[in-house]
Amino acid sequence: MSARDEILGRVRSALTQADRSPVAVPTTHRGRVHEGDLVELFVERVEDYRATVTRCADSEVAGTVSRLLPEGTSVVLAPGFEWSVPGAAVDSGLTAVQLDSVGAVVTGATVGIAETGTLVLTHGPGEGRRLLSLVPDVHVCVVRASQVVADVPAAIGVLDPRRPQTWISGPSATSDIELDRVEGVHGPRTLHVVIVD
Amino acid sequence: MKVALMVTCLNDAMFPSAGQATVTLLRRLGVDVEFPEQQTCCGQPFVNTGYLDEAVPVVRTFVEAFEGYDAIVTPSGSCAGSARHQHGIVARRSGDAALADGVRRVSPKVVELTEFLVDTLGVTDVGATFPHRVAYHPTCHSLRMLGVGDRPTRLLQAVHGLELVDLPDAESCCGFGGTFAVKNADTSVAMGADKARHVVDSGAEVLVAGDSSCLMHIGGLLTRQRAGVRVMHLAEVLAS
Amino acid sequence: MTGTFVGMPAFPTAARAALADSQLRSNLAHATSTIRARRLAVVGELDGWEELRLAGAAIKDNTLLHLDEHLLALEASLTARGAVVHWARDADEACRIVAGIAKDHGADEVVKVKSMATQEIGLNEALAAEGIAAWETDLAELIVQLGDDLPSHILVPAIHRNRAEIRQIFLDKMAAVGRPAPADLTDEPARLAEAARLHLREKFLRARVAVSGANFAVAETGSLVVVESEGNGRMCLTLPDVLVSVVGIEKVVPTWADLDVFLQLLPRSSTGERMNPYTSIWSGVTPGDGPQEVHVVLLDHGRTRALADEVGRQALRCIRCSACLNVCPVYERTGGHAYGSVYPGPIGAILNPLLRGVGTDDQVDSLPYASSLCGACFEACPVRIDIPAVLVDLRAQVVDAHRGGVPRPEAAVMRSASWVLGTARRLGAAERASGLVGRVAGRLARRSSSSGRPLMSRLPGPGAGWSDARDLPAPPAESFRAWWKRTEGGHR
Ligand code: SF4
Repeated sequence: MSARDEILGRVRSALTQADRSPVAVPTTHRGRVHEGDLVELFVERVEDYRATVTRCADSEVAGTVSRLLPEGTSVVLAPGFEWSVPGAAVDSGLTAVQLDSVGAVVTGATVGIAETGTLVLTHGPGEGRRLLSLVPDVHVCVVRASQVVADVPAAIGVLDPRRPQTWISGPSATSDIELDRVEGVHGPRTLHVVIVD
Repeated sequence: MKVALMVTCLNDAMFPSAGQATVTLLRRLGVDVEFPEQQTCCGQPFVNTGYLDEAVPVVRTFVEAFEGYDAIVTPSGSCAGSARHQHGIVARRSGDAALADGVRRVSPKVVELTEFLVDTLGVTDVGATFPHRVAYHPTCHSLRMLGVGDRPTRLLQAVHGLELVDLPDAESCCGFGGTFAVKNADTSVAMGADKARHVVDSGAEVLVAGDSSCLMHIGGLLTRQRAGVRVMHLAEVLAS
Repeated sequence: MTGTFVGMPAFPTAARAALADSQLRSNLAHATSTIRARRLAVVGELDGWEELRLAGAAIKDNTLLHLDEHLLALEASLTARGAVVHWARDADEACRIVAGIAKDHGADEVVKVKSMATQEIGLNEALAAEGIAAWETDLAELIVQLGDDLPSHILVPAIHRNRAEIRQIFLDKMAAVGRPAPADLTDEPARLAEAARLHLREKFLRARVAVSGANFAVAETGSLVVVESEGNGRMCLTLPDVLVSVVGIEKVVPTWADLDVFLQLLPRSSTGERMNPYTSIWSGVTPGDGPQEVHVVLLDHGRTRALADEVGRQALRCIRCSACLNVCPVYERTGGHAYGSVYPGPIGAILNPLLRGVGTDDQVDSLPYASSLCGACFEACPVRIDIPAVLVDLRAQVVDAHRGGVPRPEAAVMRSASWVLGTARRLGAAERASGLVGRVAGRLARRSSSSGRPLMSRLPGPGAGWSDARDLPAPPAESFRAWWKRTEGGHR
């Protein structure tokens, strides 16, 4: 018998005695009402992770991004990124090794989650392949205020599960040493979030 | 209302004063409490060690002793928890439908002393006077299995002259755990030593709890360390 | 500590050694109290935590009760998304599958994201036997691997190590397996993390095969979810050409929408954060992005045995958050090694016996007793696993497995106690005897308690376990029962 059939058989015989009537699943966690301004909550929660947050108008994105990056930083843009950034090159399929010597990457995002201060990238146009926002040490992530949703259930509700996703909440971090949180391990050690109002 | 005292085997054999205090207290509050002499033990030591067959005769005796009472009051969170949550398991094991029926009738009637005082009698000031500095240890089964909440501390706060001090890390287990105290004696003592240290740090003269078992364990450590803090059952304080 | 759990002594013995290690005790006390406070804060700020727990438990229960259907759905959606699905009955089979894939690509090394399932099946050792090096890339796993040590916590496997010990391990061991630690390394956590970053980066950049687990596998969409903090997970899941994920069959959840429960429960319960830094979600192969060859190994290895256990089945809801470890007063003092498994703490005390069965190994049989049944684990568990109830049920299974034949001393004691407590008459007689003992002991006692009660000296036999560190009052001369009779209920 194949492993597959044997495991499925074991599962079925394990459950022969079981009461298989469905258990009710509460759904009160969906559609919770959030008081106050979602974007402000998002800002506060992102900053809690020691990421920087800058708010600007649509026309100010290029300038804002440039100001966040030290002079002379090599910058790569995700293909299809909506705004132009002076001096930045659009990713042309750089390898991980090539990206390892790039200073910073600028991408968009699909969703911002206010309650948890999370950015979700789905790696379509403007967001780049997954490794793009991973290998360089600085990640600038630009999100429109209108993309900010209240909480995790709201985000799950709008995200397309067929897309690969990276949920980002602050710079990379570890709590592995005495459970003290340290920012910066393998992912970008610096995360700048720009919110376009 | 027909009220029975379920004294527990430990109080019966080792700490009769906790049972006597419960009787005094309930009478003072106008409850005509009876002591069904057929009672022995709730069976928890057997269940919690894995001896379900051995628990069957004990639970059967329990049901026979307490059948017909409206309330079965016990000065033990742990034994109340056992009666309410474990007797069904033992009855199922016995395969005896009559015992299962008996358990269904009797076990919901079991209440821990503070539940009875606050919920059934509706009192928090029981008219006690106890001019001492007291720390209260919420025993795990009263806290988490029964959910007695703040009933014990509300009762203590109403005792005249009593000063209730904060016990650091109060909700962490003292390490008694029934046969755990012997089967894993080293771990049990390590847990108890921390509890005893917190008791001493609290500055209390008296440590109070609703379970004689935990008090026997913490008290045994405190006297071995000559800590000079005494342990008392909550019923004894409320009856004073 | 050397790198194997095989042949570990039973819990009480292992615990005794751990309890004597004052460095371990202080590392653990510091770490667990830190994380407990963080968890309480983020759980407290979320409205409706209890409903969320109920939802998590219910979703998992519904899934487990129809696990066969959900596994078939998962297989179908993974296959449709370009993944290759394998099934493994046990550890050996799973290890053989992973090694085979690595060999097919001529790989002599793989990079690994922290995964409980691969630790459980001993994958690293199995790969090493095939000449394939498995590099752990999670900081704590790296510390454990370099130190030839064993994990002692689900989430923070090196919780038993403090910063000074970690620095020493890095200085001593990194050079032999890759980029050495900087000579001027300090014990500052940021510097230690930097050393790990540099050491591992060269491995990430050259690796062709990666191995992961998954926190969740969505049947409906074929999505696998890996929740992590450091970015090592993203590296492994993104850079190599080939990705193999070993997933326990209980990790399946039916629908995409179900994730909105678990992605709230898990980070708050595990690291005590509103959200962990990185969560990666992927479904099979994405052309032009990430690994172009994706394998998923669905692992049984005892899970169907646990599924058959009426009371214990709920343990398969576990999302490995480790909250139960952090609140456990036993774990806090003994640490994880005493449990002799990659699954320590309260969940380990039930999961190991459930996965492996009781009655054949004294070490496994000792685990259900490694608890005072205080219930703190149940209170903290995000999927409401009633660990104390499962422990008690497993204890009965252990006792039952040893029934028949010559009873152990404990069984003999329990039998006679059951006889005595079977009737009030026998109990009364026993109390009269102990009252006699009490009177004699009371006269002989050299010490008394603060309330004036005589104390027993050292007890014989198993009682010594009590009296080595604790006093016991002498039995009272008169039991409650005798008092009631003599005074007619206190009326005389
Ligand atoms: S048993 Fe519950 S608390 Fe423990 S690791 Fe599993 S999910 Fe977390």
